Amino acid sequence: MSDVAMTRRQKRRMRRFDNPWLNPKLIWGLGLLLGIIALGLLGRVFWDMDLVFTGAGMPRQGPVGIENIRGQVGTLAHPLGTDVSGKDILALLIVGAPNSLYVGVLASLIGMSLGIFLGFSAGFLGGRTDDVIRVGSDVMITIPPLLILVVVQAAFGDISLTLMALLIAGFVWQSPTRLIRAQVLSMREAGYVQMARLSGASTFHIMFREMLPNLVPYLFGSFIANVTTSIVTAVGLEVLGLGPQRVPTLGRVIYDAINSGALIQNMWWWWGFPTILLAVMFIGLLLVNLGLDEVSNPRLRRL
Amino acid sequence: MTRIPLGYIGNRLFTLALTVFIAATLIWIIPRLSPVDPVDVMLGRMAAGGGTVADSEAIMAQLRESFGLDRPLIVQYLLYVKNTVTFDFGLSTASFPTPVAEMIARALPWTVGLMMVSLIITFIIGNLLGALMVWEHSPGLLKVAIPAVMIFTSIPPILSGLLLMYVFSSQLPWFPLTGAYGLNVEPGWSLEFAGSVLYHGFLPAMSIVIVTFGFWALGMRGLMITVQGEDYTVLAKAKGLKKRYILYQYMIRNAILPQITAFALKIGMLVAGQVLVERIFSYNGMGKLLYDAILVQDFPVIQGVSFVIILMTALAVFLVDLIYPLIDPRIRHGG
Repeated sequence: MSDVAMTRRQKRRMRRFDNPWLNPKLIWGLGLLLGIIALGLLGRVFWDMDLVFTGAGMPRQGPVGIENIRGQVGTLAHPLGTDVSGKDILALLIVGAPNSLYVGVLASLIGMSLGIFLGFSAGFLGGRTDDVIRVGSDVMITIPPLLILVVVQAAFGDISLTLMALLIAGFVWQSPTRLIRAQVLSMREAGYVQMARLSGASTFHIMFREMLPNLVPYLFGSFIANVTTSIVTAVGLEVLGLGPQRVPTLGRVIYDAINSGALIQNMWWWWGFPTILLAVMFIGLLLVNLGLDEVSNPRLRRL
Repeated sequence: MTRIPLGYIGNRLFTLALTVFIAATLIWIIPRLSPVDPVDVMLGRMAAGGGTVADSEAIMAQLRESFGLDRPLIVQYLLYVKNTVTFDFGLSTASFPTPVAEMIARALPWTVGLMMVSLIITFIIGNLLGALMVWEHSPGLLKVAIPAVMIFTSIPPILSGLLLMYVFSSQLPWFPLTGAYGLNVEPGWSLEFAGSVLYHGFLPAMSIVIVTFGFWALGMRGLMITVQGEDYTVLAKAKGLKKRYILYQYMIRNAILPQITAFALKIGMLVAGQVLVERIFSYNGMGKLLYDAILVQDFPVIQGVSFVIILMTALAVFLVDLIYPLIDPRIRHGG
């Protein structure tokens, strides 16, 4: 096809098609996630949080005359309705969604750092170190995180969002570890690594300046997948009534709803909106992950 | 048939034992790091349950003795290990003096039943759909519909459970809201009981199925793409074999192998997910037992249930690791 025959529009389309980063899945997914973050950041500015929240970040029972707005379906004042104690659902979501994301991202970041460290150690040092790390990761894969967290929670009662993230991180380091180990093993003999070694580069330099950048696309995918796993685990705990007791999270709102019989009393907005928001969050993460997959693996792009 | 080297079995057995050992130790250590004193909790419950606790010091001492809490930690731990190995998890503190093992034995069949049924259904549906997404001869509609359905993949089963429950129990009274079988049905080997179990198990199973089949479909899609370009597929096509025959006998058959390993790992994740589903549907399995135990801080039950679930997961992984080389001769151990 000759260039002359193409309209400007066709050329633009061609360019767009050529740039793998303009992947529609990636853009949609990022858009959804940014939307949730914006809700958390801008919500506090534009939504009257004082009506339902005290300084401690926990909803209080609202002003006088609250009886009329308890367990109400959406109105102008409370577009997403209220729960039985008169808390505004929208306000709960504005505080809860960033909390849920925070746990997921923090747990995943810690898990990732652990994974990078252990993966490089296993791949580079080999031998005993490799054996220990591999068996350790086999063991951790078998233990369901929810169970250990249940035991921790039952034993300690209240924990903070950060502690929960730390605990979950203990269960999401295996997949980045395996990934890095496998890549390090196959990359160790690659030409550019040999070159770097011949030119007298330090092991540290080879690991972090030569090899790590090549792993970035894989690590992003692994990171996003771990965020999802971490949030699912955290929500699971919260819906069991565990997790942080004094900070609203999306799972906590659902727990309150189930426990107050919202399902039977047909108060669908109470558990429905946090559920939808969680679903949007997961779909956003899934799309980003699929998008990244397609960006880094051209074979998938044709489908 | 390939023989599995003894070293490999030994290796796997070692990992299995280590997993169970570490998990059991964690479950034992964590409550002991806690500031909450189990005997205090028990006493508190007794006091709340009615009446005055006259000589609380003496009762506490006696409770401590009967739970073995007065002995040195190392002795307590060794006793715990010894008892756990023989599936003796002690007595429940909340429903004293029922043995924990008995409570678990009652709950286990429900959980395993629900889990196996939903796991097998999702495995079949998911892998088939995943294969059809890639297959060049599948109808165009399928290729559009499957990704659309796939958004459920990322939703945790608890949310799908809530949704199903709302639509099919609360709004449309088609299925029962809670329980594992009807209240007016006598448990036993009767057709009526079996029907009731299936009827009550439908929504819990579905809530797991609709969120997990996408996992298999996505995995299968990736595997099928690789198989598609393999020489044997090309050859089979060139030989003019039937399209469906190629799909099942050449493509799916080769692509499915890694999925079988995932099957075992999924058992672990599913058990955890199922705890939540059972809790929402008040389905009387391990999940509900665990949940009820958390509510009243019944530690022997929490420990026992957690241990059994971890043991099940570890065993499943072990078995699949052993079976895998038998179905995939390409895997050579120690080579």
